[in-house]
Amino acid sequence: MNPSNQHDEKKPFPWHLVFFLGPGLLIYVIFSVYPLLDTLVLSLYNEQQGQSHFVGLQNFITLITDDAWSHAFWNALSNNFTFFAIHMLVQNPIGLILAVLLSSPKLRLSGTYRTLIFMPTMLSVVIIGFVWQLLLSPIWGISENFLYSIGLGEYFDAWLGKESSALITLAFISVWQFVGIPMMLIYATLLNIPDDIVDASVVDGANSFQTFWHIKLPLILPTIAMVSILTFVANFNAFELIYAVKGALAGPNFSTDLMGTFFYRTFFGFQLQQGSASMGAAVATLMFLIILVGVMLFLFFIQRRIQRFQF
Amino acid sequence: MKLFSRFMPSSGMRQVPKSVTIHAVLLAYTVIALFPIIVVVINSFKERRAIFRDPLGLPDSSSFTLVGFEQVLLRSDFGLYSWNSLVVTILAVGLVLLLGAMAAWALTEYKFKGNLLITFLFAMGIMIPIRLGTVSILSLMVNLNLVNTLTALVLVYIAQGLPLAVYILSEFVRTIPKELTEAARCDSVSEYKIFFCVILPLLKPAMATVAVFTMIPIWNDLWFPLILAPGEETRTITLGVQQFVGQYVTDWNSVLSALTLAIVPVLILYTIFSRQLIRGLTSGAVK
Repeated sequence: MNPSNQHDEKKPFPWHLVFFLGPGLLIYVIFSVYPLLDTLVLSLYNEQQGQSHFVGLQNFITLITDDAWSHAFWNALSNNFTFFAIHMLVQNPIGLILAVLLSSPKLRLSGTYRTLIFMPTMLSVVIIGFVWQLLLSPIWGISENFLYSIGLGEYFDAWLGKESSALITLAFISVWQFVGIPMMLIYATLLNIPDDIVDASVVDGANSFQTFWHIKLPLILPTIAMVSILTFVANFNAFELIYAVKGALAGPNFSTDLMGTFFYRTFFGFQLQQGSASMGAAVATLMFLIILVGVMLFLFFIQRRIQRFQF
Repeated sequence: MKLFSRFMPSSGMRQVPKSVTIHAVLLAYTVIALFPIIVVVINSFKERRAIFRDPLGLPDSSSFTLVGFEQVLLRSDFGLYSWNSLVVTILAVGLVLLLGAMAAWALTEYKFKGNLLITFLFAMGIMIPIRLGTVSILSLMVNLNLVNTLTALVLVYIAQGLPLAVYILSEFVRTIPKELTEAARCDSVSEYKIFFCVILPLLKPAMATVAVFTMIPIWNDLWFPLILAPGEETRTITLGVQQFVGQYVTDWNSVLSALTLAIVPVLILYTIFSRQLIRGLTSGAVK
């Protein structure tokens, strides 16, 4: 498709290529590609008294098996999977339902609903974290009064302060904020489904649930898969919400610790533990591998299996 | 489940209640989405006692006060923080658009050695978060003497925004008819002129989409301001609010006002640009 530049043979050097591609590529390589590769390399080193020497996989072995590290690491990792699971089970289904409702034919005000429901997604995670911290605060009592008014008052608790419920509460806050993304992407796909396919199934006598299940759902599966991988990457990279609401210590008793906050603490240190660049790099490398595996699974399995549903 | 009533076999009788159910569900969710934000904004205009006595009430003549906002502006430099965010966002987005369009053009128009590799390198950046390189980015910025400068943030955000920009703009460049550039080349117009006078104007709608997608994460980011530019002089609005709320957590008027000051400008901009944003999201630019 790309016609090679016809002047290639005459021109000894393609200066225009350097001009167009150079600046962007340079900034991207220096501030993104190189740091990432350098981090992977750094994870194989250990620094002591300013001296750094090659230790192979020792940092990873320490992280995964050493008593001082492994507990925090596995805790952060399993919390992160819980965090992700709640997003998959709550955020994406709600997003799907809202998208289906929004795409109902001849729905009035659909643009207004769409704009308003998407609003929280625009705001900073930090702001949203603080907003919910206030709303759920037992001191202010808005949530408590609300639950009493619908007869569920005795179920109120300081959810964000309890070890058993803090992580789940934070996950729900995040779900509340980002439900607009699956909604929008699925909605866009639903709009693009040709009318004649839907009409054909109606003519064949399918009711609206059957039409949805057999016709529309297979067609929006690729979008759902993409939303899932976006959620996965975002979740395993999450930091701001926990940091804003619970601080770098991800309390109570590390029950809200995610890979992002664990990385931050490892790199910068906390309380008595000194920060370590190479251990930080090791945590970042593990995060990189987790995200890479997720993306690969998406590309090689899910994407391929879905292909047959596409036109 | 009421939610699913829409999928149930529809008899003639149910036709009207179905649309009512849809509106009820959507309206209920809209309230859920907006309620927390509205509560914070209205209470920022109320006296401390009114905040606690009647959290859901609107401010009236006896409870109305701007003391929270006065405290916020007195105790912290919100003007400076907003200015910093504005400078960083505008510079980073502007450069992402320009450099991204140039790179997208080069990668789709010219055949050269390494084209595929560079395309792949940019594609990787869409999925792999730049944050994972933070350890090295920080030491790089220390070596370049850029810690606590807005330049550090702009550079990192350009690197962060470029992959998606190159991807979306490349898709768009492919839709531009070849005849346009071929004709220009026959008239021996230079490659530079072809790009800046023919291609760039055609990319405008796609660039608007890219601008919105690039802008939001930059404006809202806490991670890089916290690590690369935490100083008072270079604090961005997100970091400023985070620090302020952390410091004055017991002063409800101040906290609510600080949050309101951070929320309202974004919502005003969103209302103005939502049509653009939603068109970008739903046009299939991101697939």
